[in-house]
Amino acid sequence: MSEGPLIAVENVSKRFCRGLKRSLRYGVFDVASEFAPWRTIEESKLRPEEFWATNNVSFELQRGECLGLIGRNGAGKTTLLRMLNGLIRPDKGRIVMRGRVGALIALGAGFNPILTGRENIYVNASILGLTKRETTTKIEEIIDFSEIRQFIDTPVQNYSSGMQVRLGFSIAVCLSPDILILDEVLAVGDRAFQIKCLTRVGEMMASAAVVFVSHQIELVSHIATKGLVLESGRTIFSGRVEEAIKIYSVSGAETAKDNWIRSLDGISDIAIRLFPKQIGYRGSCGLQIEFRSNKSYEDCVARVCFEDKNDRSVAEWNSSVHMLSFAIQCGTNRLSLPLENLALNSGQYRLNVNIQPRKSSIYIISANHCEILVADFDAIAPNAIQL
Amino acid sequence: MDEIHNRTAIYTPEPQLRHPLRLAKSMGRDLWVSRELAWRLMIRNISAMYRQTIFGYLWAFLPPVLAAATFMLLQRGGVTAVGVLRIPYGLWVLSGAFLWQVFADSVIGPIRLVTTSKAMLAKINFPREALILASAGEVIFNFLVRLVILIGALAWFHVAPSWQIVLLPLPLLTLIGFGLMIGVLCSPLALLYQDIEKVVPLMLPFWMLLSGAVVPLKAVGVLGQVVALNPVFPLLDVSRNCLTGQPGTHFAEVAFILVATVALLLFGWLLYRLAMPHAIARIGG
Repeated sequence: MSEGPLIAVENVSKRFCRGLKRSLRYGVFDVASEFAPWRTIEESKLRPEEFWATNNVSFELQRGECLGLIGRNGAGKTTLLRMLNGLIRPDKGRIVMRGRVGALIALGAGFNPILTGRENIYVNASILGLTKRETTTKIEEIIDFSEIRQFIDTPVQNYSSGMQVRLGFSIAVCLSPDILILDEVLAVGDRAFQIKCLTRVGEMMASAAVVFVSHQIELVSHIATKGLVLESGRTIFSGRVEEAIKIYSVSGAETAKDNWIRSLDGISDIAIRLFPKQIGYRGSCGLQIEFRSNKSYEDCVARVCFEDKNDRSVAEWNSSVHMLSFAIQCGTNRLSLPLENLALNSGQYRLNVNIQPRKSSIYIISANHCEILVADFDAIAPNAIQL
Repeated sequence: MDEIHNRTAIYTPEPQLRHPLRLAKSMGRDLWVSRELAWRLMIRNISAMYRQTIFGYLWAFLPPVLAAATFMLLQRGGVTAVGVLRIPYGLWVLSGAFLWQVFADSVIGPIRLVTTSKAMLAKINFPREALILASAGEVIFNFLVRLVILIGALAWFHVAPSWQIVLLPLPLLTLIGFGLMIGVLCSPLALLYQDIEKVVPLMLPFWMLLSGAVVPLKAVGVLGQVVALNPVFPLLDVSRNCLTGQPGTHFAEVAFILVATVALLLFGWLLYRLAMPHAIARIGG
């Protein structure tokens, strides 16, 4: 007799309302309609200002499988987890959860800051369904796992958030659930503890079905066996985790790496060129900007920001720092910016170029256009053998 | 495998009242399962309430004592004209104030506990009946603290408690149940609209004056009709009489209120049960 799937999600949808006051009013209506069970359920439609947070999602999970649920912020992952956890009910479809559910959607939700860690262990364990006797047999294991034994009898209000995470996770991890739900909780906590948690979760996986949400793709690829990619509430991929990760990265990459050029009216025929496109550490390159202008601007400055692959600005070249000023004249203009001695770490960078008059904050030209690769050809790792 | 069959949960958009037997069974099971959690929450709240204070459990009875003292002073100074009571006015006022405080605690307790537990409700699936039980437990604990003071007051005023004190639990529990029922009915709404949390403490002092807690009332005139309809009035009166050994009145009314309270409490529980998932969906987290 084989066991069926522990989680079965069939065509589940959930709608939410954008406006607060209207949302509260819908809440009241929904409660009222609970008391009219004779009404036939027509297919739920969207009321004004509503949208589908989860739209027709289906999947199944057996014991021993781990589903990596990935998607951009706002894709509907937490909503789906809350439905799996029984906190909110779907508006369409059906969810079947078989077995005891352990969820780490938030850590320390039952922590009372005035009580000590030890007392909070009992409270939190009780919330998660353990009896007092079960908690007492496991309390030493919990304290050992958290590695905060010397603070276990001080009030939680004196804990750092990392310590609270350690405590909360230790309690949740000592359950033996049939279904484990993890929502981006492993991101908190230091690296050593993350590894410890992952190992423990890996051990639990053998006897449970796990649903795991994270933005750290390496973690997802490490422990997930199946992947589900959500975007705006819809499933855009369901299947093997490696392909899911690829699809997620691509969809993220496409929207994040649009190239664009913006300029004031009167500027036209803009061309931006970078040469060379690949440099070494402390290398130099030249950025050439050509355009036509129907107005003249005096005393302009140019700024070039280097953004890494996470869209973080890591370095800036400013023409005024290099004592360069230029004026824009009517007609064709050609600017050559010497970007020299760039002390950038190896990696791919995008250049964000802004040209504005020194006295004004209005950009004449603003562009996210070129990419430069910094590759460190000459450095070798210490103690590495040169082949 | 049996474990799994016992713990299969199915979530659909269907109204749960379509299967009333299934609903009743799961409500009963949740109430049973929640008793340990309720105990833990109660201990947590009570110890937290008094831990970071210097005066500790003094706060449990100081407010009603002050109210009672104020009214005693007013009476002694001739500002109010209470008339003759069978027991010293001081005792009458003190017991009335304490009993009123029990009712007020029962009303505001569930509302407060639910609104402060928003984080827990939004993120963790636990039997929510625990919150109701925990607030009921807190109310009873606070009353027991005050009871100690009341026994002391009885001694001080040289009033010996009679056999009637044995009857005290009946009207008292009805009083608590009635307040709890109001609190439970309001708490899902209180999650959505913060007005509830503000309106209730505003209304309670007026209700107190219409309940004959600290000033004796006569059922005269229009306002007298309101007093006659106020369920707290007979409950409080009978509780006070049981406590101080006075002959009771209003027994029939208390019995009626008891039955109504039990029925309304069950309805309140049902409303709480059905409304909470919708309220939780709206509060985010």
